[in-house]
Amino acid sequence: MACLAGDTTSHGTFEPMLVLRKELHDQMVAHCLDGYPLEACGLLAGVLDSDSTATVAGLYPTDNVAASARVYEVDARGMLRADREAEAEGRQILGVYHSHTHTEAKPSPTDISQAPDPGWRYVLVSLRDAHPSVRSWRIRGGKIIEEPVVLE
Amino acid sequence: MPVDVRLPNILRPAAGGQATVEAAGETVGEVFDDLIRQHPGLRDQLLTPEGEIHRHLNIFLNDDDIRYLGKLDAKVGARDTLTLMPAVAGG
Repeated sequence: MACLAGDTTSHGTFEPMLVLRKELHDQMVAHCLDGYPLEACGLLAGVLDSDSTATVAGLYPTDNVAASARVYEVDARGMLRADREAEAEGRQILGVYHSHTHTEAKPSPTDISQAPDPGWRYVLVSLRDAHPSVRSWRIRGGKIIEEPVVLE
Repeated sequence: MPVDVRLPNILRPAAGGQATVEAAGETVGEVFDDLIRQHPGLRDQLLTPEGEIHRHLNIFLNDDDIRYLGKLDAKVGARDTLTLMPAVAGG
């Protein structure tokens, strides 16, 4: 579950987490709501703190070329653009977000089997309930590990 | 023609950790052959056993997706850049 951070000066922990400005969180959710009833997707860029804390500094909504309510595929040109812009800003692609229109904000078997990069974060936005939920996951060796999403 | 091949994170370990490798060839196929000659561990991640590009890989020649340029037959020129990226998909 996303939670608000009272003190943004230090997270002081080696627990993996995703740090996200509330403005970017809201833009991401809005992009997913705009895409409904189809799945929406996009890329997250920012900086990594020795593989534990991922701080998102940029959001790159992309087209879902699958145009489906059940699957997504990030438009390759959108990925290229995000990769170049992130690099120009001294950031790296941290991972991908996509929406689940009717299921929970947890990676599906398809998400797990197709996860392209074990170093990435996989953020799920569920539109199942009245209030969208945002959860972040690592996917490694066929297993999913949730991490907190910290809003600031 | 020597070209720069930019590798995504997941392929860098097989290329000795490098993010960009210089490789030579007149076509994308020839550049891949040179890349694989330099780093044999990349072969299985770039090509299927039949020698086709893996479908989970997107490849751009400068700004253009090579699937529209003839894929492995696409011609490359000096100072071109090939950017390899994983296909990002799920459900």
